[in-house]
Amino acid sequence: MSATVNKSAEVRRGPSRLKVWWSNPWGKPRFLVLFTIAYILWSLVPVAIAVQFGFNAGRSRSAWQGFSLRWYFQDPNLSVLHDPSLRAALVQSLQLAALTMLIATPLGVALAIGLARWTGWGARPANFLMLFPLVTPEIVMGVALFLVFVHLFGFVRLGTMAQVLGHVTFTVSYVVIVVRGRLFSVGREYEEAAMDLGASRWQALRTVLLPMLAPAIWASLMVAFAISIDDFVISAFLMGDASSTTIPVKLYSAARLAPSPALNALASILLFASMLAIAIAILVMRRSRKKEGAEGSAVEDFARLDL
Amino acid sequence: MSGPDEGGRRAVGEKRWLWPSLAAPGVIWLVLLFLVPLYAVLAVAMGAPDPIFGGALPAWNPLAWDPSEFGTILGEIFGGQLGFVFLRTLIYVAVATFLSLLIGYPVAYYVSRHAGRWRVPLLLLIIAPFWINYLMRMLAWVNLLSTDGYVNQVLMFVGILDAPREWLVGKHSTVILGLVYGYVPFLILPLFAALDRIDPRVIEAARDLGASPARAFFAVTLPLSSQGILAGCVIVMLPMFGDYYTATLLSGSPKTNMVGKLIEQDILSGAGSGRGAALTVVLMMFVGILMTYYLYSVARASREARS
Repeated sequence: MSATVNKSAEVRRGPSRLKVWWSNPWGKPRFLVLFTIAYILWSLVPVAIAVQFGFNAGRSRSAWQGFSLRWYFQDPNLSVLHDPSLRAALVQSLQLAALTMLIATPLGVALAIGLARWTGWGARPANFLMLFPLVTPEIVMGVALFLVFVHLFGFVRLGTMAQVLGHVTFTVSYVVIVVRGRLFSVGREYEEAAMDLGASRWQALRTVLLPMLAPAIWASLMVAFAISIDDFVISAFLMGDASSTTIPVKLYSAARLAPSPALNALASILLFASMLAIAIAILVMRRSRKKEGAEGSAVEDFARLDL
Repeated sequence: MSGPDEGGRRAVGEKRWLWPSLAAPGVIWLVLLFLVPLYAVLAVAMGAPDPIFGGALPAWNPLAWDPSEFGTILGEIFGGQLGFVFLRTLIYVAVATFLSLLIGYPVAYYVSRHAGRWRVPLLLLIIAPFWINYLMRMLAWVNLLSTDGYVNQVLMFVGILDAPREWLVGKHSTVILGLVYGYVPFLILPLFAALDRIDPRVIEAARDLGASPARAFFAVTLPLSSQGILAGCVIVMLPMFGDYYTATLLSGSPKTNMVGKLIEQDILSGAGSGRGAALTVVLMMFVGILMTYYLYSVARASREARS
């Protein structure tokens, strides 16, 4: 390529453009640009191809035979809509994610507020307990919950109920992390002002703090939904029988044994659902930032949450 | 933290119980569905095998603990088949983490320091794989690497391969590729956060004082980002140690089994749940240092954010 030719020419000319380019701290790091672009392509193109083959008109997952929605709903037997096992997985995933989101969010919001304001002796261990699920390998949690439901909490049958309890358990901490970021940035001044004006602590919480937390609460609803719908390990350990198979579990069991473009279509639906949830979360955070005229971007905030 | 001034002004008639009682539901939930299950793993691991059904009888009372299962497992680790599986898991995780760092660092570096107006869009593209289901991302590679998949087609077209290669049967390289592909995004974000915190003036100062770009990088940037490197590595190593699905999907051969796979088989087959539980405990001890480090660093970060 011409770049290499230029390079060698430059080297021969002595203290050349190459050297200037190399030693200029404000110059463009060309290698890094290429590397980053290559990384992003590598990380996203395989998935894009998998999504594409969900729309394949033919049965192949490696030869493109034209666009169709056959594997989504048109095929009377094999599409996601009509294949009972695929449809059941979709329904189960959505149901689990919705229930998890509705239970984990209030639990997590209350926990976040409590942990941020409570300064008594129990606050520190409680904080550690909240962080513990975040650092525990999922397989350990899966085994632990499976064994406790089988041997101790016998009234919880494996299946949807066990899955919801398991999902809430590991989602709560993420809700706390999302809400806590907002709590710290709001500070306690507004509540204290309200209380100076005669509000009780509870009134200040309800009428001042909660409205200010609203964007974070919405965001955490969406994050809880996305985390739950993406989960594989906990769902797999707690499913009991095939009736509570979720989409990721179905992908795991069928990817090698019974692959078909319908599986790609199912996976794509999962992808659209979690992307939608995350897009809503980012948009909500962005709107609240705009309203308050904060600097930076919601995407950066989201990246820093480090979920 | 606001300690002493807390009690001063509003001590009279104060509802001190409000904060702990907000935290209580979440804390109780985590005790019942996180701590108790962890104890259940220990109880089952220390229990005697069920003489009738062949499953496990948990020993809830520590005085009745029977460590024979651990003896068997430790014997197999040092001088048995199990040792190979642990060693293989360790090698996979080490190689995959190292490669992830090699790929992730330049990307995080570029996006945090040089991306300019592309920063937010690039960040969005880097967050995206985070929210694409892990199993879907593996499914994408199952499609690409299948015998008639794009990878073989391209390699044969270019002339590197004469005949399609069986990528998906017991290849260490494929499993490591899968692990790297799966976990790099989780490494990039903490790296990004750490690099982003570095004051650019420090690097400029090094350059002004005559350091070459390489020297400035190795003497300033790299040491200042070491916390991020450590955190990122721990974040990806923890789930990798418990991973069993990557190898199952991309290889499906006992030759590439990781520890997690044995746990999955033991627990879900029912018969070996005592052994599975004991293996889980061993795995926990194996990753205990990583978990402790991560737990303390998250707790420290949250204390810093709070003050």
